Amino acid sequence: MFRRILNRLLVFCLTVWLALTVNFAIVHLTPADPIAGILGRMGSRGQSVEGGNAIVEFYRATFALDQPLIVQYFSYLRNLLSGNLGYSLSYFPQTVNDVLLRAIPWSVGLLVTSVAIAFVVGNLVGALGAWQKGRSIFKVLTYIFMTISAVPFYLLALILLYVLAFRLAIFPTGGSFSIGSARDFSLATALDFIHHAALPVLSISLGLVGFWALSMRGVMTTVLGQDYIAYARVKGLSEKTMFTRYGMRNAILPQVTALAIDLGQLISGQVLVEAIFNYPGVGTVLFNALRTSDYFVIQGVVLFIVLTVSLAMLIVDLAYPLIDPRITGQRAER
Amino acid sequence: MIDKTAIGSVFTGLVFLLLAVSPVIFGPLFVEHAAAEMFSGIPNLPPSAEHPLGTQSEGRDMLAIMMSGIPATLSIGLIGGGAAMLVGSTLGLLAGYLGGAVDATIRTAADVMLTIPTLAVLILVGASFPSISILGMGLIIAATAWMGPSRVIRAQTLTLREREFIRIAKLSDRNWFQIVFFELVPNLIPILSALFVNAVATAMIATIGLEVLGLGPRNTYTLGNTIYTALYYTAMWRGMWWWWAPPVVVLVALFLALFFLSKGLDSIANPRIGGASLWRS
Repeated sequence: MFRRILNRLLVFCLTVWLALTVNFAIVHLTPADPIAGILGRMGSRGQSVEGGNAIVEFYRATFALDQPLIVQYFSYLRNLLSGNLGYSLSYFPQTVNDVLLRAIPWSVGLLVTSVAIAFVVGNLVGALGAWQKGRSIFKVLTYIFMTISAVPFYLLALILLYVLAFRLAIFPTGGSFSIGSARDFSLATALDFIHHAALPVLSISLGLVGFWALSMRGVMTTVLGQDYIAYARVKGLSEKTMFTRYGMRNAILPQVTALAIDLGQLISGQVLVEAIFNYPGVGTVLFNALRTSDYFVIQGVVLFIVLTVSLAMLIVDLAYPLIDPRITGQRAER
Repeated sequence: MIDKTAIGSVFTGLVFLLLAVSPVIFGPLFVEHAAAEMFSGIPNLPPSAEHPLGTQSEGRDMLAIMMSGIPATLSIGLIGGGAAMLVGSTLGLLAGYLGGAVDATIRTAADVMLTIPTLAVLILVGASFPSISILGMGLIIAATAWMGPSRVIRAQTLTLREREFIRIAKLSDRNWFQIVFFELVPNLIPILSALFVNAVATAMIATIGLEVLGLGPRNTYTLGNTIYTALYYTAMWRGMWWWWAPPVVVLVALFLALFFLSKGLDSIANPRIGGASLWRS
């Protein structure tokens, strides 16, 4: 047990170190001086370069440019580990931390809502599909959702955007609030907020439902073959009690532990969905930073994503045995 | 015994694949490849007899763009998926067969790489190296996609290596290299082909994601690039459906094709679990 925790912590540290080092290597492999290039581009576009000196100063301090490579490497690590990500080039006096902190709540909210909806719907559809004998609407739904899940989120987002926002005009085409609306704690604000979040949430959860439905169907089929189900049936319990208390209760545990397995891929997909709907999360920040070559913001977002995903997976891995006592140490797949 | 649904699945996949590449096959009957050049036609035309899919804001013919974009996207997927498969399954075979320190190293490396979100690494690379070729793009994608195949192949190898024929091969003095590549690999061909299709799909999702963010190859037209330019010139807001819809439709058909192919091949490889081994892990 202790060994496993130690092992897992080692993988976590390796991951973070590797990500930081790869980032450092990429900056140093790039033939041109990124800062000079960016300042030049900003100047030619007529953007303000008043902050230029501060940026160059920061860059020099972060990478200790006049020092040997190894010193540069360690001063870079020290800077990042103390949470100093530098300045944004396009919103100059703001630091990357400011920009990120403003965007993170939006992204986390979108992610949690979409995953929760997909989890509930997917598990119900999958479980009912396995539970009902013979032909069932839920079996058909499982196949349909599974097929939809083969299409990446961003393509679903484009299709939903066109059909529901442009053709039918049921939902707004982007953003987080109506332009000029008051942002107070009233019902109207809340409805406006939900109205704007609906399409991004729908694109992600629609793409996810299939995975949950399919794996739930597998788990539930196994549960159905257990002796305690036969015993419950002999006892003459109602179908509903058997489904919720005997079936779902046992089948849902492995599903909970599977929640974080594909977090990395999920977040990659969400970045694009946010960009398509211009939703003010980390993804849109990244998309705009890429358009304006805002290098420190790009780097900040990437490091932030790597750190949060590895941290989340670490927590889930360590929590496995606590959630499901049947798992003692190793993941089932290994 | 191969069941009928597996064959049906493979067949459905092939139909979708044919649908996805049909612009490449039938396109040359209507327009020439050169029509994809800038200002070779009048910009912003809706579909007509002369331009079956209309033109976009730079005066390029959309059908001609599709004709060069589909092969470009497919080749990135094939290069990326192929390389990822080759590297991943070799590492999986070695980890599964040799065990011990080799296994521990490869598994730790795969665990570390699995934790890093692919798109994050690709974005950093794409943003730092502005000019990237199709081959370069494929190889970068491969570097981030080998872990899936390596895990599946490792698990399969673990069960195979305890079988009788491996013991006989050992007794007849074959070295480990011969055993791995001449005894194990032929038995893994069905699952390898399912994995290959899966790896191509993974590679394509990643590259198109990168292209939609504007980080794809600059001088080649790909399907992802086309979506990026359509978004950049706000095609959807201007009602130019013929600009963004063709790449989206082709991509949906392509992803469905890969899904059905991989599902069918997987259930041929693992008949007992009915094609769920790759989708349930």
